[in-house]
Amino acid sequence: MKIKVIVTLKEGVLDPQGKAIQQTLNGMSFSEVKQVRQGKYFDIEVNIEDEKKAKAKVEEMCKKLLANLVIEDYKIL
Amino acid sequence: MKSSVIIFPGSNCDRDMDVALKKFGFKNQMVWHNDPEIPKSDLIVLPGGFAYGDYLRCGSIAAKSKIIKSVVDFANSGGLVIGICNGFQILIETGLLPGALLTNKYLKFICKNVFVKLNKNESKYFKNIKKNVLELHIAHNDGNYFCSKDELKSLEDNNQIAVNYCGQNGEVTEKFNPNGSINNIAGIFNKNKNIIGMMPHPERMIDKYLSSNDGNFFFENLIKNLK
Repeated sequence: MKIKVIVTLKEGVLDPQGKAIQQTLNGMSFSEVKQVRQGKYFDIEVNIEDEKKAKAKVEEMCKKLLANLVIEDYKIL
Repeated sequence: MKSSVIIFPGSNCDRDMDVALKKFGFKNQMVWHNDPEIPKSDLIVLPGGFAYGDYLRCGSIAAKSKIIKSVVDFANSGGLVIGICNGFQILIETGLLPGALLTNKYLKFICKNVFVKLNKNESKYFKNIKKNVLELHIAHNDGNYFCSKDELKSLEDNNQIAVNYCGQNGEVTEKFNPNGSINNIAGIFNKNKNIIGMMPHPERMIDKYLSSNDGNFFFENLIKNLK
């Protein structure tokens, strides 16, 4: 089955790319944009059928490799 | 004195480091990341470059290489480990050094000479070094040192801040902060001061005809402290 993961910078960690995107959107007259935070998206296919077990495994992967928990949070969708 | 430089796919300062170490008397050997273990060494260096193309996060894939277990064991038993630039990023990703290295504040790859102030504590790296401020080279996209307030306090309390970006006369101020690093941090030690990670490249500054030779102070002093 496929598990989706999103990794984002923690609140309070400077995200210069998100900031540049926000400023560009503002410059394109999307004046309603207050903040942009950029993240990473992973589509992980595992050969585990049980959803709970698959997600537990993916969580382990997040902690060990996909996210750097000093600066990033992960969300398993 | 024996040293080992680890080469990862994408390392590009490995040979500069080899030249620098040999120039100052180290018997250096190059070690491939996929080797099972490191030959007997007094010093291990993780060189600069772009290991694994900086995929995922700089240093993250290299930190899972086969050789890393030996590096961690060596470091944990008190062995001297230096990580320069990408090597610093790898040391952070292995967890041997705290914090994180984020993308430079102004999103630019920075390639220039900078001045750095050294913390001349009792580490083997800077003890008795002849100069407090060195002119070294930086070349990175992700050197913006970040850590939590608690971690920063712990780094300060344990005297672990090894190198700060500064002006020519050692002024550590925001004006001389090239990449947004907290408190101008350019390099840190682990608690025991046997591991150092830093963004500036001393190995690029060992020949006055090519660049400058402030890196000589670093290598000369290091081998002297090891003898």
